[in-house]
Amino acid sequence: MEENLNIKESNNVCLLAKNIVKIFPGTKALDNVTFKVYKGKVNALIGENGAGKSTLMKILAGIERPTEGKLFLDNKEIELRSPIDAEKNGIGMIHQEINFFPDLTIEQNMFMGVEEKKNSILVNRKTQKEKCNKILAELGHPFDVEKKMGELSVGQQQIVEIARHLLQPNLKILIMDEPTSSLTVAEVSILFKLINRLKERGISIIYISHRLEEIMEISDYITVLRDGEKVAEDLTKNVNISWIISNMVGSEKQYKKREKNFDIKTENILEVENLSLKKNNNNFVLKDISLKLKRGEILGIYGLLGSGRTELLECIMGVNTKFTGSIKLEGKFIKIKNIAQQIKNGFAMVPEDRQKDGLIQTLNIAKNISLSSLNRFSKFGILRNKEEDLNIDKMINSLRIKLADKSLPILSLSGGNQQKVIIGKDLLTMPKVLLLDEPTRGIDVAAKSDVYEIIDNLAKEGISIIVVSSELEEILNISDRVVVFSNGRLTGEFVGNEITKEALVEASYKGLVNVN
Amino acid sequence: MEKIANPKQKEKKKNSLSIGMLLLKVRTFVVLAILLIVFSFIAPNFTNKESIILIIKHVALYGLLGIGMTLVIITGGIDLSVGSIVGLSAMISGGLIYEGLALPIFGVKIYFNVPIIIILTLISGVIIGLINGIVITKFKVTPFITTLGMLYIARGLALLRSNGATFPDLTGKAELGNTGFQFLGQGTILGIPVAIWIFAIISLIAAFLLKKTPLGWHIYATGGNENAAKLSGILTDRVKLFVYAFSGLCAAFVGLIAASQLTAAQPATGESWELSAIAASVLGGTSMMGGVGTIGGAVIGALIIGVINDGMVMSGVSEFWQQVIRGSVIIIAVIVDQVQRNMEAKMALEQKNA
Repeated sequence: MEENLNIKESNNVCLLAKNIVKIFPGTKALDNVTFKVYKGKVNALIGENGAGKSTLMKILAGIERPTEGKLFLDNKEIELRSPIDAEKNGIGMIHQEINFFPDLTIEQNMFMGVEEKKNSILVNRKTQKEKCNKILAELGHPFDVEKKMGELSVGQQQIVEIARHLLQPNLKILIMDEPTSSLTVAEVSILFKLINRLKERGISIIYISHRLEEIMEISDYITVLRDGEKVAEDLTKNVNISWIISNMVGSEKQYKKREKNFDIKTENILEVENLSLKKNNNNFVLKDISLKLKRGEILGIYGLLGSGRTELLECIMGVNTKFTGSIKLEGKFIKIKNIAQQIKNGFAMVPEDRQKDGLIQTLNIAKNISLSSLNRFSKFGILRNKEEDLNIDKMINSLRIKLADKSLPILSLSGGNQQKVIIGKDLLTMPKVLLLDEPTRGIDVAAKSDVYEIIDNLAKEGISIIVVSSELEEILNISDRVVVFSNGRLTGEFVGNEITKEALVEASYKGLVNVN
Repeated sequence: MEKIANPKQKEKKKNSLSIGMLLLKVRTFVVLAILLIVFSFIAPNFTNKESIILIIKHVALYGLLGIGMTLVIITGGIDLSVGSIVGLSAMISGGLIYEGLALPIFGVKIYFNVPIIIILTLISGVIIGLINGIVITKFKVTPFITTLGMLYIARGLALLRSNGATFPDLTGKAELGNTGFQFLGQGTILGIPVAIWIFAIISLIAAFLLKKTPLGWHIYATGGNENAAKLSGILTDRVKLFVYAFSGLCAAFVGLIAASQLTAAQPATGESWELSAIAASVLGGTSMMGGVGTIGGAVIGALIIGVINDGMVMSGVSEFWQQVIRGSVIIIAVIVDQVQRNMEAKMALEQKNA
């Protein structure tokens, strides 16, 4: 495989990880992987969850040490014992979740741990600010460095994080782990511009992402890992998405296109009328939202981050009860008191952030599935374990949750299976309306198509589903009907052939033009 | 290419690992056994019947508080007020027996019989617990601060009840129909002290509640991840109200037993017992982060604390050294606990990677 690549290119290899093997107790995470990072290029690394991407990255960033194999930086062998070692060698990593101090300023965050000193004791804020301003200006994002980090959007925080790495004078390689997972479309294009600037400076990027379209757009080289082995590498311009997917999953496997039902003639299950929600500062988070959902229908909600999609689900679910407007369930007005009440009414929600809002990490797999329905499985306040077990097993089977034993900790499952556990918990409450917020975020391709199949089957059984997603492919793939949110307003509704990427994206910017 | 290191070796390693885990899991038992053996050698009277009953009587007090505390800590909270509730309960029950309930408007004093006094005292414990719970859930004050405040308030009320004096004689009078209070602290049923019966029954109820009722799992879920628990339809505020009320109830029982054991009610009863309760809970493997803990663990934790305390007294260890040793045991226990948790997490990760 390696010989297929242009031999001349190998002169431009900046970092070479040769025959890397990494063995964890009980598993071989990397098996003889050779990975090349080309100078001044974007080197994409892809693979399903568990393919070994993260392990390889951690080795390159000095967080883990390889069991076997060697690292060469500019043809010289190096050994990385710690992240500090990596940094000294000019290798920086931007983690998926950026760690920062929200109450400190941009400048303080950037210099945390590498402060400029006066008389070797006092922090020299003036020099720090000057340097900050310079770097941010060079990047084309002259933020006010006095601003608190927590006041920035996620995209801006990421820019600061990138700038922080540029403080290092000899930065050669920047590793980016899922940098776009919480960015809006606009922010992604800003990030890509920034990446191109870094390339011009001769900095090499290692880019990890699940979003294949993005990888096609931004990367120059692609390396695919599968089950800890390198299965393919090539120039991006030589390949296409189906090449990537087939290498990732081992066989050609596209998401199965769902057979859609554009002409649902059943009754309305849910009717939302003139729903508005205000922020503390009196701005509208949601303004005059009206929509209907039919039995067995899948309604997609598309929109940029912060467009009010999640907030709508939270209002319907009873998480936030401070909205105005009315909600009808099966033709009758309902008063929303709290979440527990809404679950009884037949609503269930899969939250966007699995770890924060979905799982009880201290409980085992089984209890995480049955948690919402424990009262249903008890008599006189006492749990009937048999009935509980029976229902848990039913969910594990019907959702095909892969596990060794249901009494194991929930965190022993892969992301995709954790997501299925949350869906299972919701289904046990026998919902009429299922609200899914980014249902496939951060899960691998195989689990994704499983989730799509589950959603499809649920709709066929007559459950009405609202799916919020930032992924156009996903919305296109599974929705019978799509509404688009922009800046808290409903800016478009599309059925059938009207549902196109272009139409959705266009509508998603409409609300930003005439604000109030 | 070898895919797995060597299956046999791996199997062996796994076995030794699981034996290690087993030892870690039953370590509290091991510690307890070692303590019992050591003290039976050092302190000659340690193993006779009287000493053992005395130790268990003390254990019942810490243990009862530890059970309430464990439920609270599992929800991610803490209850610093239990020691003061013990004192207040002792004074409420003692006052009702010794002075009766004075109603100045009618110029009369009402004397209740002992069962009613017990019930009234328990109710007041529950009410104080509920107040803790309401401040924590409705006014969003952190549990530490709320119960710290209640620690002072309840102790102050206990002192106010008698102006700091002790109610000296709680035997009651036959003509007032309020005799028999000593039964709680000094009586026996089937040769076993009543206090121990109460401890055993409340332990069983709490253990059953935690593992066999929805409420119990809601307690675990609330402490494990409150956001997720709420989204799962759990009324986490109600869960918290319950655990603080339950903790107050346990403390009221302890106050009653303590007053009954002495046949006297002292406002300083139970001072700093909340710390023993926390120690029992933590020794038993309850995580201060919430979401993890068992009643069985708390009971064993209380046994360890009781055995260390009384064992050291009987062996003539100086009062000052006792404190040093007690503190060290708690810290070491938590360190070992974290080692175990890390190992478990590692094993879970291996499961995931396998």
